[in-house]
Amino acid sequence: MTHDIFLFLTTFLASGVEAVEALTIVLAVGVVRGWRSTLIGVGVAALVLAVIVAVLGPALRLIPIETLRLVVGALLLVFGLQWLRKAILRSSGYKALHDESAAFAAEREQAASASPAAPKGMDWYSFTIAFKGVLLEGLEVVFIVITFGATQGRLPLAAAAAVAAVVVVVAVGLVVRGPLERVPENTIKFAVGLLLTSFGIFWGGEGAGVEWPGSDLAILGILAFLSLVSALLVWQLRRQRVATLPVGAGA
Amino acid sequence: MSHIRAFGAFWWNFIVGDDWRVAVGVAAGLGLSAFLSHRNIAAWWVLPVTVALVLVVSLRRATRGAG
Repeated sequence: MTHDIFLFLTTFLASGVEAVEALTIVLAVGVVRGWRSTLIGVGVAALVLAVIVAVLGPALRLIPIETLRLVVGALLLVFGLQWLRKAILRSSGYKALHDESAAFAAEREQAASASPAAPKGMDWYSFTIAFKGVLLEGLEVVFIVITFGATQGRLPLAAAAAVAAVVVVVAVGLVVRGPLERVPENTIKFAVGLLLTSFGIFWGGEGAGVEWPGSDLAILGILAFLSLVSALLVWQLRRQRVATLPVGAGA
Repeated sequence: MSHIRAFGAFWWNFIVGDDWRVAVGVAAGLGLSAFLSHRNIAAWWVLPVTVALVLVVSLRRATRGAG
């Protein structure tokens, strides 16, 4: 049960963040250059992602569970630590916060300056940008869905969480007709980084033969420990950054 | 050839990211966990401690000289 809740939450949040980024690209290109080619690009990318899940999901079931947990745990750990590392750097002020409205403006400007499409033909610029944006952001979602789903034998639950997140983000995007700048993206990325890394430690450890005290409940302990370490690192880096600022710069 | 290189670079960046030391630290932590576990020595503490150390080292490198 604990696993299922964390699995759904992690996949939903990670998919939501990636969906916001993909939506920003698609909205910017669609608004400036038209929707037909942009939506074809989105559709083809979604098809490619569905094929990857359909092929890789069942294939992973053929691998012994201990081996799968070791490999998936290692991948999740490396992947989760990337998110967590960046989130700590952003929270402490060492890295700029991701700004969806700035990303939207930049993408829009680039789309407007590209060569115009033939009036009734395919606009390959819109197609390519939308395809690439959805495919690249979607790959991260697919990676999480497949690793979580296959390791727990809960691929449908992981896929449902990802689909729910995409539906929510697209629905909100259609209502506001603009970038979702109010989504606390950096906070969500912090949470996802903590969850991915915690699961990576737990499964990687199980795959390596570790017996966790408290069995499944150890995930909560790992999550609490990582949250504490991360909070301390943010606090320490903030102090370090303030100390290195020129006198008067923080005023 | 450049396509193969670009493909490799994409996956390297996708999985390993900005700091390859993180991946090396994770591999070392998993290796030590397996080593201890197969000798019936409690190893549950290895990965959490490794991850904390990896974060500290990687962040220290990333923020060195930055303001």
